Amino acid sequence: MIAETGLALLWLAAALSLLQLILGWAALRPGGEALLRIVRPVAVAQGLLVAFAFLALIWLFLQTDLSVKLVASNSHSAKPWLYKFAGAWGNHEGSMLLWVTVLAVAGAAVALFERRLRQDTLIATLAAQAAIGLGFYAFLIFASNPFERLPMVPIEGNGLNPLLQDPGLAFHPPTLYFGYVGISIAFSFAVGALITRDVGPAFARAMRPWILAAWIFLTIGITAGSYWAYYELGWGGWWFWDPVENASLMPWLAATALLHSVTVLATRAGLRAWTIMLAVVAFSMSMIGTFLVRSGILTSVHAFAVDPKRGTFILALLTLYIGGALLLFGLRVRHVKEGSTFEPVSREASLVINNLLLSVILALVFVGTLYPLVTQAFGFEISVGPPYFNLVTGPLALVLVLVMALGPILKWRRDRLHAVANRFAVPAVASALTLVALLVFAPHIGILPLFGLAIAPSVALASLAPLWGRNLRRTPLFTWGMVIAHFGIAVSLAGMAADSAFTQEKLVAARPGQVIEVSNFSVRFNGVEPVVGPNWTAVRAELQATRNGGSPFLLHPEARLFSSPVQDTSEAAIQTFWNGQLYAAIGQPDTAGRWQFRLWWKPFVTLIWFGGILIAFGGLLSLIGRLRREHRGKPVSETEAETAGNPEAKAATA
Amino acid sequence: MKKKHQRLTLLLIAIAAVLGAVLLAMWGLRGSASFFYAPEDIARQGRPEVNKAVRVGGMVRSIERLPDGVSVSFVIGDNSQHRIQARYTGITPELFQVNSGVIADGHFQADGTFVASNILAKHDENYMPPELTDRGMHKTDAVR
Repeated sequence: MIAETGLALLWLAAALSLLQLILGWAALRPGGEALLRIVRPVAVAQGLLVAFAFLALIWLFLQTDLSVKLVASNSHSAKPWLYKFAGAWGNHEGSMLLWVTVLAVAGAAVALFERRLRQDTLIATLAAQAAIGLGFYAFLIFASNPFERLPMVPIEGNGLNPLLQDPGLAFHPPTLYFGYVGISIAFSFAVGALITRDVGPAFARAMRPWILAAWIFLTIGITAGSYWAYYELGWGGWWFWDPVENASLMPWLAATALLHSVTVLATRAGLRAWTIMLAVVAFSMSMIGTFLVRSGILTSVHAFAVDPKRGTFILALLTLYIGGALLLFGLRVRHVKEGSTFEPVSREASLVINNLLLSVILALVFVGTLYPLVTQAFGFEISVGPPYFNLVTGPLALVLVLVMALGPILKWRRDRLHAVANRFAVPAVASALTLVALLVFAPHIGILPLFGLAIAPSVALASLAPLWGRNLRRTPLFTWGMVIAHFGIAVSLAGMAADSAFTQEKLVAARPGQVIEVSNFSVRFNGVEPVVGPNWTAVRAELQATRNGGSPFLLHPEARLFSSPVQDTSEAAIQTFWNGQLYAAIGQPDTAGRWQFRLWWKPFVTLIWFGGILIAFGGLLSLIGRLRREHRGKPVSETEAETAGNPEAKAATA
Repeated sequence: MKKKHQRLTLLLIAIAAVLGAVLLAMWGLRGSASFFYAPEDIARQGRPEVNKAVRVGGMVRSIERLPDGVSVSFVIGDNSQHRIQARYTGITPELFQVNSGVIADGHFQADGTFVASNILAKHDENYMPPELTDRGMHKTDAVR
């Protein structure tokens, strides 16, 4: 019954989304005012229904109801409960249901909590959100039904892919989806504002917290995914420029640009058309990402066996939505008012450069990710990997980070070049000194890590500059948020550059008793022993390591064999120090009694994810700050915001 | 700056930036995208330039472990009679087995051996890279 109920809930939610679309359209027609009040409750009901459908699926997985096809092919009764639970979205149909759930719940949240947006724009926004939902409900019900029953109930399920049997599965996909799909709100806001011709600062202030919230989730999701791949795959890498990783990076780049342009629109009434365009692009990237991941059309380390016909369905949907939004944009852009002017040296100009660089990086990642598809259509196969992405995006990313450091210390509207140079003197000296030190003491590192390490200190210093000479207790929370997020970028950059520049690696086949040297560690291989887990058996190696002859510690990398499905995985052992990680992975044995080991010393690698957490935390502070300020009342009028300026700007000039 | 001028200037800058990005991408792709070769392609078109980054793929026909304990020498085949002799140093992915599909990045040496720098792991025993299914290699081939 649970499966049938789940499917019925899905159908009902789909029907409500159709109703929401029709009601929204009718309410905006002349004489439709009476309908305005009904749209919000419909959106909330739709969100609730699909959330219950999702709970039904989780329930089926927890019960291991093998009469349901999805459960039988992806779960197993002997699996730990956490993986039964998280396994609900560790497959195509379940993850698409999660996708749609996030979409509908985000729409319901807008219906419940959005109070600042003009009523007609809000209704148009909800109608747009319903239109997106409708297509994806159709995809779910007709092409990916998660509740399909099997004619014969199997005795046991196939089990979950062992690589996914990790606590990361419970956390990473939902977080990523909240960001990825949550950005649909920005898309619907943009469509709504185009329909009702309401593109202005008040609209931007209403949209900003929603973008921030989605962006925070996206940042956490990418950071968590990167760490998960790092320890679970056992390759010691944290970013592979894999199509699926790019699929999450592209919406993040667009959302980051949007987050900054919407600030210009909210405080200075500039970049109107551009902001709307970015909102459309950001969610388009999410949909294209979904297509790439779900169609299995590209060779990817993340690719799982999928049905190619589904790709065509998603492709049709995304053509419809992206095409529709762009058409609307083309028709309405001349009604969008011109933004306020600014000088080439100003906060706005730096944000324009930020947006341009982010867009260019986005375009480069986009072209690199989709190029193999284009060449495939012409009959020859090509792969695009890290050499391309590092080459074309790396230098631009460094420039972008420098502009990020400069931006917050510029005044709005106009600033003087020599004044800026004065403010940036201390950070610039810090960078120059670091560069000289690196060239003297570590002359052999690559050009990108070299400059990455050199600019990290100046960026860290400059990102703290907006706090300089201020009463810290009276500094608004959103300024703190910006400072912490920018500081996080510097921290992350330092981690990436340090890891790329100074990682040391050792690959050996060792006999028990043998000592392996890596960096200043001595690692003795004591031997292997068998261990048994809930649904796997493993060979566990014991490595006894000392650093510079200090006190020894143990590492236990494992090679696990899962019983259902039968598959080996490698569990890396990682020891964290304040200045880096010692990483050990075990490979296969040979006939001579040796085991393969791969050891890495990765200096300051943890800064990458620590920086990511800081970025997300900065976003969260900023979100709380914005919401609190607006909660306290005094709706800032458009002109007031423009003339009174912004406390951040004043502080920077002080 | 007048309002009209500002929007026009920004629009032109944005177009220039996107065009610049596309040109930069094309330049980057010319230098660093790698072509895919199955054994039959090499038989037909000849071997790619020595040391040029390429991707090869097919079915693993045999694997031999080398004395250093961390290198393998293996043979890639496909539905044709042709073979690629390949070598890899590192821990091989779990699903790298005889009669399973393989995709490897690397380059050819002057003696015709392919030196793999990276063997793409599969996340899923049923997964077949599109490069291989496009050429009529399926999971069932591995069983034969």
